[in-house]
Amino acid sequence: MTTPTHSVELSGIVKRFGDFTAVERMDLSIEEGSFVTLLGPSGCGKTTTLRMIAGLLDPSEGDIRIRGRSVTAIPIHKRNLGLVFQNYALFPHKTIYDNVAFGLKYRDIPKSEIAGKVQRALDLVQLPDVGSRHPRQLSGGQQQRIALARAIVIEPDVLLLDEPLSALDANLREDMRVELKRIQAQLGITTIFVTHDQSEALAMSDTIVVMSNGHVEQVGGPEDVYVNPTSAFVARFLGNSNLLPARVGAREGDVVPVTVDGFGTIRLPASRCTAVGQSDRATLVVRSENLRLAGDDAPVPGDALALPADVTTVDYQGQAARYFVRIGDKTLQAVNAIEMHPHRQGARVKAIIRGRDCTLVPEERH
Amino acid sequence: MKGWHLIRLYTILFYLFMFLPIAVVVLLSFNPSEFGTFPMTGVSFRWFVALWNNDAIVRAFRVSILLGAMTAVISTTFGVMASLALVRYDFPGKGLLTTLLIAPILIPEVVLAVALLLFLRWLDMPKSLPLLLFGHVIFTLPFVLLVVQARLVGIRRDYEEAAMSLGAGPIETFFKITFPLLMPAIFAGMLFAFTISFDDITGTMFWKPGGVETVPTQIYAMLRNSISPEINALGTVMIVLTVALPLLGMAIARQMSANRK
Repeated sequence: MTTPTHSVELSGIVKRFGDFTAVERMDLSIEEGSFVTLLGPSGCGKTTTLRMIAGLLDPSEGDIRIRGRSVTAIPIHKRNLGLVFQNYALFPHKTIYDNVAFGLKYRDIPKSEIAGKVQRALDLVQLPDVGSRHPRQLSGGQQQRIALARAIVIEPDVLLLDEPLSALDANLREDMRVELKRIQAQLGITTIFVTHDQSEALAMSDTIVVMSNGHVEQVGGPEDVYVNPTSAFVARFLGNSNLLPARVGAREGDVVPVTVDGFGTIRLPASRCTAVGQSDRATLVVRSENLRLAGDDAPVPGDALALPADVTTVDYQGQAARYFVRIGDKTLQAVNAIEMHPHRQGARVKAIIRGRDCTLVPEERH
Repeated sequence: MKGWHLIRLYTILFYLFMFLPIAVVVLLSFNPSEFGTFPMTGVSFRWFVALWNNDAIVRAFRVSILLGAMTAVISTTFGVMASLALVRYDFPGKGLLTTLLIAPILIPEVVLAVALLLFLRWLDMPKSLPLLLFGHVIFTLPFVLLVVQARLVGIRRDYEEAAMSLGAGPIETFFKITFPLLMPAIFAGMLFAFTISFDDITGTMFWKPGGVETVPTQIYAMLRNSISPEINALGTVMIVLTVALPLLGMAIARQMSANRK
């Protein structure tokens, strides 16, 4: 038998609840050992997808394969998956040891080895001495580590994480993020992570699957998805973007001229316009960190557009500041690092947009 | 301020009205006199001893306890199964079924008693102990159902899903996860069922076969002849059983659920 390179494959998955379609015809291949995040706002179908992979929901159509084996007709308890929930779901009436050992009892593991495996799992999550306690005696973060230990001790084919960090408070969440990623990398276990938090997705994933309204918007690495969004939705959901309606001119070699009413024409590298076909209408995405505000005397690069702008609001954040600026009849957001001191409210500045920092995406349908 | 005094007075009078007769029964059960009247002539356990030596009463006790225990076990078993179906699964006619199962609380007991009896007549079956048991199960089931359902709603599906993801099948998941978490409610439901069955007189009068007496029907039969001080003693025993048992049960249930939070 050959080792399949794809750990999880979804083909043509559809999930309907009555008249409502939660997931529309989804195809996805997940490589062995990778960390894949399903990212999207609530109701986008990410949790439904995870629950179908777990076997907690049956897809209305399509097939799910795990390590080459179709699992669509296999019940959850025979799929060999590790599942971690938002609310930990540790069995409250069992000790930590019994919680972690629970899954091992259903596998052909000699009794003598169970204790060793449980201990190694507890060591891995850095809580080696809590075996005799009950879940309620641990903090939220500790409970989530135990939940993780319980899921990985059975050496699952895939680890499924359903918003595991959302119930934790902010500081702990960042620690757990690092911790989770470390454990995942150490074990090399294929992981599917569901979250609505873009910073979690960007920090942890090998691949991000951005979803909205039951379909996949974009699949790519964190940098890819962030820098090169292929739709207005993705641009808006990840990071902070200004979306401007634009007209697309005829391509001149490697450059595409794009005109924004009231701003003028900006020249984009063709590589930043691949998401748009032949249409002459599109949406120009300018990340707020790429809208640079400068004094009147600042030099302007060749492919850049410099526009007079009025600072209407300053949101001081310490190392950076977020500005709302008025350019013509539009209000744009800019996040700039602060040199010396921030621009003052009411100041007239020069807003600089470089073509190579912008991305063109298909026009939004309203 | 005057209004509050009146309300306080009213409340005190109200409670006196409710509990004084019960207190009188309990007090008089310790009165050694042949006549159950005040003033008391001393303190004695003679009526309790007489009770213990009264075969009819001991037999009635045995019937009541056996009936109560069986009602509790059967009612709780069905109650747990019905709650699982109603809380964890969706099926057509769920609302109707819930109403039907809860209905015995809402229907006057006399109506229920007569209905079951008529049904039996129609089937050409004689009154029997199983019928009595059946009747008691019918009207204790709603209480068990309500208690168990309330608890089950509070047990998140996560626990069961986690157990299944770890390899436990649906039946193992029930016995290893759901059942232990449900234990306080099951226990409370059993106590409810037992106490209600033990206390019941209306339905029992209609359903019991000739010659069989439960404690309440025995008391009733004895009252028809004379008011013997033995009845006061019996009343005291009943009060202790039906009040102390649920209290004890609730305390245990609270203890158990505290360990499972």
